[in-house]
Amino acid sequence: MAKHVVIYSTPTCPYCIRAKQFLKENNINFEDIDVTQDHAQAEIMIEKSGQMGVPVLDIEGDIIVGFDRDKIKTALGI
Amino acid sequence: MHDLIIIGAGPAGITASVYAARKRLNTLVISPDIGGQAAWSGDIENYTGYQFISGPELAAKFEEHMRKFDIQLKENEFVVDLNKSGEIITVKTNKGEYQAKAVIVASGKRTKELSIPGEKEYKNKGLSYCATCDGPLFFDKSVAVIGGGNSALDAAAQLVRIAKEIYIINISSALTGDEIIQESMRNNNKVKIYNDTRVLAVLGGKMVTGIKILRQNKEELLPVEGVFVEIGLLPNTDFAGILEKNESNEIIVNANNETSVEGIFAAGDVTNVPEKQIIIAAGEGSKACLGVFHYLSRHKFNS
Repeated sequence: MAKHVVIYSTPTCPYCIRAKQFLKENNINFEDIDVTQDHAQAEIMIEKSGQMGVPVLDIEGDIIVGFDRDKIKTALGI
Repeated sequence: MHDLIIIGAGPAGITASVYAARKRLNTLVISPDIGGQAAWSGDIENYTGYQFISGPELAAKFEEHMRKFDIQLKENEFVVDLNKSGEIITVKTNKGEYQAKAVIVASGKRTKELSIPGEKEYKNKGLSYCATCDGPLFFDKSVAVIGGGNSALDAAAQLVRIAKEIYIINISSALTGDEIIQESMRNNNKVKIYNDTRVLAVLGGKMVTGIKILRQNKEELLPVEGVFVEIGLLPNTDFAGILEKNESNEIIVNANNETSVEGIFAAGDVTNVPEKQIIIAAGEGSKACLGVFHYLSRHKFNS
């Protein structure tokens, strides 16, 4: 079954754009949370990842900071 | 073997790749990212044809233009060594080795670090090198921008729309960026400019809570939750030991973008070309590629 993927991002961050592009290319559905619009979600992201940089991916508890293609692939099993 | 390897995919590398594709050169582009520093810029109002465009948008347009052509691209890969033996130039990366008749180095620049206590510990924990990316997370918070040049002012200009107050911490006695942004920062009541001030340390618990500064010879504690480091740039030339460089470690090129090694060209911010601008880097990239084209057509290769 497909894993639930959440990406915390800002519209202006190039690596967020690339990460989302990468997920789309691999036909992965994801929930995109724009942390500039939702400050409560921004706090959740900071708590989950222990840092403030975007993007942060939450792949069913696997927290990946930054656009790390290899880590994302491993977490998704693709 | 490739006709041409382009190292870097910022404005210079991408423009060179578009020219190379149109000249039907067998080209490989190697780069850790796409868009280079342009992708990290805020608002761009001096790229002809666009009265206003954001850095990420312009970078996306560059990329779109490149991808229109069938250009081989190794993304997420960085060059560790560059060498020439006989007529063959070898480019070694963290993942493999490639060979070409000609190379364009367009690897650009990276942000300089402060090298002070707390900088490494608090990276991404309140300390950032990219206001464009991370700025929006500092909504209604107090932040400090370290630096006094154009990139610092650009960061401050982005942050005034988000943060509660912005301190510009400038080591020199006056700001040096474009007068038009200097003026708008001076006239903004959210912005406080501290000239002749050095940052000594970044402080915090789990996240940044402040910085220790030396202001007019007095140590002070400035409570901020965000620190944006914008103190200048270093050329990405660690792999280019065989090329001649100037005192700032930039690759020396002549008017035809030729370096000290025949067959190796360079373009954009990584070179000693005066003025670092997106439009200049793009222009230099096209010039370097045309130089390569002439070099390949007049040079007889044995292979």
